[in-house]
Amino acid sequence: MKTELGNLGNDGLLRPLKQGDNFSRLDFRRTVKNRVMLGLLGLASLVAILPLLFILYYVIHRGIAGLSIRFFTQLPKPVGETGGGLGNAVLGTLILVGLGSIIGVPVGVASGVYLAEYRRSKYANVLRSAVELLAGVPSIILGIFAYALIVVPMKGFSALAGSIALAVILIPTVAKTTEEVLKLVPDHIREAGLALGLPRWKVILRIVVYGSRSGILTGVMLGVARISGESAPLLFTALNSQYWPHGLLNPISSLPVQIYTYAISPFDEWTQLAWTGSMVLVLFVLVANLSMRALIYQKGSGGKTK
Amino acid sequence: MKLTLEPILSAKKVNAYFGAFQAIKDVSLDVAPHSVTALIGPSGCGKSTFLRTLNRLHEEIPGARFEGEVLLEGEDIYARGMDPVQVRRKIGMVFQKPNPFPSLSIFENVVVGLTLAGVRNRHLLEETAESALKNAALWDEVKDKLKAPGTSLSGGQQQRLCIARALAVKPPVILMDEPTSALDPISTARIEELLGEMKKEVTVIIVTHNMQQAARCSDHTAFFLLGELVEHARSPTLFSNPQDRRTEQYITGRFG
Repeated sequence: MKTELGNLGNDGLLRPLKQGDNFSRLDFRRTVKNRVMLGLLGLASLVAILPLLFILYYVIHRGIAGLSIRFFTQLPKPVGETGGGLGNAVLGTLILVGLGSIIGVPVGVASGVYLAEYRRSKYANVLRSAVELLAGVPSIILGIFAYALIVVPMKGFSALAGSIALAVILIPTVAKTTEEVLKLVPDHIREAGLALGLPRWKVILRIVVYGSRSGILTGVMLGVARISGESAPLLFTALNSQYWPHGLLNPISSLPVQIYTYAISPFDEWTQLAWTGSMVLVLFVLVANLSMRALIYQKGSGGKTK
Repeated sequence: MKLTLEPILSAKKVNAYFGAFQAIKDVSLDVAPHSVTALIGPSGCGKSTFLRTLNRLHEEIPGARFEGEVLLEGEDIYARGMDPVQVRRKIGMVFQKPNPFPSLSIFENVVVGLTLAGVRNRHLLEETAESALKNAALWDEVKDKLKAPGTSLSGGQQQRLCIARALAVKPPVILMDEPTSALDPISTARIEELLGEMKKEVTVIIVTHNMQQAARCSDHTAFFLLGELVEHARSPTLFSNPQDRRTEQYITGRFG
């Protein structure tokens, strides 16, 4: 850098100007460094998304062959017979995830609201650590927990036990994102509500939570997408079934468990069903995510404040 | 000083603390109805804290404590059994940063104090919104886009929206905490003009960093220093003929 006093070098030292000083060499070095670093960052991003592209390509490549209406409408056929579908697993996953969400979302959102709005209370700190620990517990352990707590006393694997296991996985995810979203709402918004003579619970529910609903919904959707792919907690709880779901107190089929069972089987028809099931599951999660993002993008600044 | 009318708001020996720190020391102040009272003083002198004791917002801060009495129309708002929620319906507030509620429309923002208190009468809400927006000199700019989000307005418009929101619940007193410090000069001038209009309906207590603003648009000025009320007088008197040496030093710019 040229100054009135002299040349400011890269080392921060000032050197006197000399006849014929040439700075282009320094500029060149900086430009090269800049390009190299930018290139490295680009490469890292590419490495990060490459698995996604690869999964999408491979799952669709292998799964598309088995995709037809009967995949969604028929039961699996016994070994040796061609045809059949995973209709029971698709429906089972919808039931498990639906019931799991009905149990888990209200608890998760309510915990998140408590964590954010009463963050200074000592119970909030205890709850926050508990939620973080719960989020870190491997899902198979949660499956065993549901097994011991529900399956054993009720003397049987059931859709209900599976849903509860999924709900327990959903709660910390939803609670954490809800807390983060609500923490973005500045305190002066809450004070403005109180200053209008509104009780605190109304300020929290009708102004803070209502204003952040799209952010909360995003957290819920991400959590739901995550539990729709869980297989480990279902192995000990919902088990599996070759039949259509009947009742919440009986074992139920689900896509992840069905994929696991069929993928390791030696029969070509079953591995094909496993591939198609994987494709359906991945696309379901992808579409849920993208449509959520589109919805939020369209809504614009909902959930954000200046 | 003597007031000609019975004071609408009267603070008596107010002390306010944050933990062990005493932010306000023995402040007593009478406010005449339908007047504008400016609170001035250097940063950290306690003028905002004092303002927040007047609508019981001070106590919302963890560790905050209060001693003394604040009489609103003769009734102590700190009396046992007084509900701070009810107090705040009578003493509105406008903040330093414009803070319309996110994802509520302009209309919803103005009447939120009513709708969340259970008012459902559409006609009444529309009437209130119109008169509040007119009193806040915002009606002409927003009457065709009442459904647009409140956050879509400019900073100055947002602040007038917040004034309309405070006016809509028809409190006898409105507190303003440096309402123009985040605004450009034109928006500031509009709000200063508005103060003169507003005092026909309400009593205004305004905290300001800007002495010209206090001199321009207030009837009375109170000078705070280090948590104490140094001097309280009619604004022309305080600015032309201050009684206390510290007031004189402050308004002539020798400190602060």
